Amino acid sequence: MDKPIRVLVAKPGLDGHDRGAKMIARALRDAGMEVIYTGLRQTPEQIVAAAIQEDVDIIGMSILSGAHNHLFPKVIGLLKEQDAEDIMVIAGGVIPEDDIPALKEAGVAAIFTPGALTTEIVQFIRDNVKR
Amino acid sequence: MELINKMLDGDKRACARLISIVENDEKESEKLIKTIYKHTGKAHIIGITGPPGAGKSTLTDKYVKLLRKSDYKVGVIAVDPTSPYTGGAILGDRIRMNDLALDPGVFIRSMGTRGYLGGLAKATRNAVKILDASGCDYIIIETVGVGQSEVDIVKAADTVVLVMVPGLGDDIQSIKAGIMEIGDLFVVNKSDIFGAQRTATEINMMLDMSQDMDRRPPVVMVTANQNKNIEQMEQEIQKHYQYLVDNGLLEERRKKNIKRELLELVEEELKKLVIRETENNGELDSMTESLFNKETDPFTLRDVLLSRIK
Amino acid sequence: MFDNEKFKQLKEARRNWEEKDLNKSLSRSPERKEEFKTGSGDKVERLYTPEDINDLDFMDEIGFPGQYPYTRGYQPTMFRGRLWTMRMYAGFSTAEESNKRYKFLVDQGSTGLSVAFDLPTQIGYDSDHPLAEGEVGKVGVAIDSLADMEILFDGIDLEKVSTSMTINSPASVLLAMYIAVADKKGVSPEKLRGTIQNDILKEYIARGTYIYPTEESMRLITDIFEYCSKNVPQWNTISISGYHIREAGSTAAQEVGFTLADGIAYVEAAIKAGLDVDSFAPRLSFFFNAHNDLLEEVAKYRAARRLWAKIMKERFGAKKPQSMMLKFHTQTGGSTLTAQQPDNNIVRVAIQTLAAVLGGTQSLHTNSKDEALALPTEDSVRIALRTQQIVAHESGVTNTVDPLAGSYYVEAKTKEIEDKAMEYITKIDELGGAPRAIDAGYIQKEITDAAYKYQMDVEKGDVVVVGMNKFKVAEKAPQGLLKVDPMVGEMQKKKLVELKEKRDNEAVSEKLIALKKACEGTENLMPYIVEAVREYATLGEICDVMREVFGEYEQSVML
Repeated sequence: MDKPIRVLVAKPGLDGHDRGAKMIARALRDAGMEVIYTGLRQTPEQIVAAAIQEDVDIIGMSILSGAHNHLFPKVIGLLKEQDAEDIMVIAGGVIPEDDIPALKEAGVAAIFTPGALTTEIVQFIRDNVKR
Repeated sequence: MELINKMLDGDKRACARLISIVENDEKESEKLIKTIYKHTGKAHIIGITGPPGAGKSTLTDKYVKLLRKSDYKVGVIAVDPTSPYTGGAILGDRIRMNDLALDPGVFIRSMGTRGYLGGLAKATRNAVKILDASGCDYIIIETVGVGQSEVDIVKAADTVVLVMVPGLGDDIQSIKAGIMEIGDLFVVNKSDIFGAQRTATEINMMLDMSQDMDRRPPVVMVTANQNKNIEQMEQEIQKHYQYLVDNGLLEERRKKNIKRELLELVEEELKKLVIRETENNGELDSMTESLFNKETDPFTLRDVLLSRIK
Repeated sequence: MFDNEKFKQLKEARRNWEEKDLNKSLSRSPERKEEFKTGSGDKVERLYTPEDINDLDFMDEIGFPGQYPYTRGYQPTMFRGRLWTMRMYAGFSTAEESNKRYKFLVDQGSTGLSVAFDLPTQIGYDSDHPLAEGEVGKVGVAIDSLADMEILFDGIDLEKVSTSMTINSPASVLLAMYIAVADKKGVSPEKLRGTIQNDILKEYIARGTYIYPTEESMRLITDIFEYCSKNVPQWNTISISGYHIREAGSTAAQEVGFTLADGIAYVEAAIKAGLDVDSFAPRLSFFFNAHNDLLEEVAKYRAARRLWAKIMKERFGAKKPQSMMLKFHTQTGGSTLTAQQPDNNIVRVAIQTLAAVLGGTQSLHTNSKDEALALPTEDSVRIALRTQQIVAHESGVTNTVDPLAGSYYVEAKTKEIEDKAMEYITKIDELGGAPRAIDAGYIQKEITDAAYKYQMDVEKGDVVVVGMNKFKVAEKAPQGLLKVDPMVGEMQKKKLVELKEKRDNEAVSEKLIALKKACEGTENLMPYIVEAVREYATLGEICDVMREVFGEYEQSVML
């Protein structure tokens, strides 16, 4: 059996809208991946600690509250600090086009905005996960 | 390996990496376990099992927090079922243990059952060995008790805690017999719900009917999400451990598990050996064919195969 | 409704029609799809006739507006008497900025205020709390103390205007602040009109801004019921919400069933706390969604009204008619709007507005076209408001009460949704009521299942979303979106420092100690909160006292 891809799906910050995160979690499971879902109100520290203990390939963050410019770079910074930069970071939610270049520059590999299909996301992960 | 040394020092990333190896890479896994085996055997291993919805994760969270008050190092392995159709899994036990993510003295790992019969037990056992070697005082294996492989997992534990809840619609009787027999301690969770006392009574009645028990497992009532009476559960777990130690049973139990593990490893290798010998040259197929045609019988062929190994 | 003889003739005629006319048409050109479904995924028949509603008793089930079971509306003249309140949810950045937006909206014709708070405020954190970093002022206005509240309502006559505040866990604190602000303006509490959302159960289910555990939250809620029934009698003390449940992906029947089940839990809690049902039930209000399937939505509102009336009368023995009337606010469905070709959203909102109005809503918020991208600009919110005004004044649907009543389809659908919703309520009763059903994850799982099914239908193309999975165009990045000043967090932090220097810190301390003691006992907490608020205790300070005593809610997720 092939080693399944392990993904941490997290809701950083105070945003409580988890429909998207739950849809992604199910879709990834249906695509044969192991999904560790953290639930709401994760701090960047909690996300990185969980990602390391679970030895995930990818961190997927969902945020609709506008706090992405603050929270995503923090997560990436912590991954760097703890020598875990090889964990890929992807994100989704309400993230304005204007903010995307800077986030990608900071290290977010892909950003999936409203209308993105779960099939797209699965494909991206399969094509890009570092093994 | 550098990773192993880091893990022995308590480095969490190293620990996590090594657990991934035992989940995924058989050859590396063997090398790894060979190296760390002498560092294992120190932790008190607790299995927590029960039907879905019993609140095991919440209970584990509260129990770990209690242990942490005395500064013990704790490892948790939370097992969730892998979908047999897709091979994927949603591992959601961490949600109820969020506070512990940042506790330096706690390591939590989620594992899917990955559809391996018995293979899961091996991966979990090896993950436990890694946590043991890294210095955990307590290791908790938390799993859903509805399948045979889950029963196997907790057989690797020193203390097995069975968590039940009132009103899940299941009679105590309908829970798999094999699971009820392995409980060293019964916990009735959500005991603030009407019907909790009846559940406890049913468990006690069932225990009354079992003869030939050296020790009668206690029944403890808790309400995990209100952090009520977890202390009593902790005490009973301690008491059980003490009972095992005082009566030489800890050693006996662990030796039994070790012997079983050894024999399983041998069995696995032997089978592989036979298959390697007979599959490629078509011999296994022709043996099967002759059995199908009733030209011979399985016992005769068994002896033929075995005589080749001796 | 039809007599036996006529009914037999009808059945015969229908059979005829099917065998001749229908079959001829189908053989020439088949229908576009195998099955036609509502927005919620339920099958819709080709034709509805009196057959479909023959079992309905007009007098018992449909009746007259303003008469039990209120299917046709809670009040006899409905929009002929008074239009619904055009209440636009707004707020962002600082109180000063939001105050400007409120004045703009009133200027443009909105007839009620609706306050959106930022996430730290909704979760009881001051703007200087570590968890507030990056979140201050982003999804609503930041309110740290009475000082901010005073600025928020500066130049607004609280006697003339009614204000809805979307606030749940710390609703007691914001209500206390509103009362204190009004007091400073010389408006006494009995004159205040408005609503607080105050619906904790749906936070646990679908929205996530919870603070305290269930029992303690229910205590706060019933304290508010009691306090207001004596001191703020015109205030709607709760807005039992289905909007968020629907946004999380539920069906229309689930929206009604789960919302009313939550309502039942609140009524039971209040009765358990010793309140007489008729003393608080008239001030319970509801909040529903408006999605695209217009006819299904209209049926949904009517079903909700009828079902709630029956529940209040039969289950709770309410005597006052006002206790049985389901009055509701509606918001058009945010999740139906697309980031692609955002102008199309104006059309969607118009359809949803029609649905809510034909369904008899008491108050309405219409989303702006940039909903999937950012908070609304002045221009886009103006169009949203104009949408309501056009429906009100140009469409003719307000000329008569409940115009779709009697439609064979709508009446059949109303009954269908009522029955389905009741099934959910029964199941939740079996689980021990809504709070227990939430702990067990039942409601959340039902919603996630429905959401996943819908997601797969969209991805397969079985459900068309114009501009998103069909009729797509290549688009440039949208321009001119609203951006919240990133310095808001710093500004609020400064304000807090100044506030803590200016206020009487001893008095604050005293009031917080008194509040803590009251939390540990069983007294009504509102008076203590009002006292603390008057001394400029911050929202965070007050909520932290309650956190100390009550603890925090631990999420329960079922995937």
